[in-house]
Amino acid sequence: MAIDSEEMFDSKELMDTVWSAISKLYGEHGASRTGLTLISYDMEKRFAVIRVVHTAVEMVRSALASITKIQDKPAAVHVLTVSGTIRALYKKIKT
Amino acid sequence: MRRTYADMHLCPNLKDFKQVSRMIDKASTLGYRLIAIPLPLKQAGEIERLRDLCKEAKIDLVSRLDLKPRTADELMRNLRMFRRKFQIIAVMCESKNVARQAAKDRRVDLLNFPSLGFRRRFFDKAEGELTSSALASLEIDMKPLLTLEGPARVRLLSSLRRETNVAKQFRVPIVISSGVSDELLMRRPMELAALTNLFDLDKASAMEAVSINPLAIVKRNREKLSSRFVAPGIRIIRRGKDC
Repeated sequence: MAIDSEEMFDSKELMDTVWSAISKLYGEHGASRTGLTLISYDMEKRFAVIRVVHTAVEMVRSALASITKIQDKPAAVHVLTVSGTIRALYKKIKT
Repeated sequence: MRRTYADMHLCPNLKDFKQVSRMIDKASTLGYRLIAIPLPLKQAGEIERLRDLCKEAKIDLVSRLDLKPRTADELMRNLRMFRRKFQIIAVMCESKNVARQAAKDRRVDLLNFPSLGFRRRFFDKAEGELTSSALASLEIDMKPLLTLEGPARVRLLSSLRRETNVAKQFRVPIVISSGVSDELLMRRPMELAALTNLFDLDKASAMEAVSINPLAIVKRNREKLSSRFVAPGIRIIRRGKDC
């Protein structure tokens, strides 16, 4: 996913925002079903890879789309691509 | 086959030309191939300038007029005056009379309801039935879902869930638009479709709402506005003495 903002955020700030968005929309019960984990994050390029349970992809996608601020600074998070394995994901991004 | 996505309600500040340009570029980057920008009547001449910008960004522009009539008569008057000047006519239904008239009028393309006035969302079964016999679609802007929080968003989601059920029941096409005036609130088509998950619209319908349904409206209206159009199903193929 790509972070669209003029500011830079560390991985904790980013993930706190993502968890908060999921909890707001689906509650703690829903959030617990997503299996959300941060795999990698490039702060300079504003690019992150996260892992979620495949049944929760749409839930997480809508939660990410609902993010308008990170740490009270205007920001948006866009899902660039989704893949079944991390290897295939990096292949997709390279092409 | 790759889908063509459309955002039928992009609202940049037309006085800030740089922002308009940035938003058009961003729409293209996000994967849209067709956008509609509502033009105030005073600025209808801006269309050519916008069209040039869109051409540079390789995106198709549709002229759109948002009508906010206070009475059904005012709506009819406006439709008579402007229908042939704009490709898309959307009606912001602020009262029940206007909503009912807009629903049954075949010149109206999109029905839009105020996102904050929950008592003024008139898309009920009667409205759905009227709309199903005309041509209008239900337009849902995603901006309020992004900007509202807490009870206001909960109430909006509840209204949207009810309205999409009515639309499905009466086979009224749904169009999902962004309705944003800020670049940071722009979302990819897939993200808009994912947000509809919040009011239980299934994925297939959501994808239709950001691609097939808006494109069908534009295609139909462009055909109607072309000089070759005579009546639905009848158009001029050739002109000349031997015809």
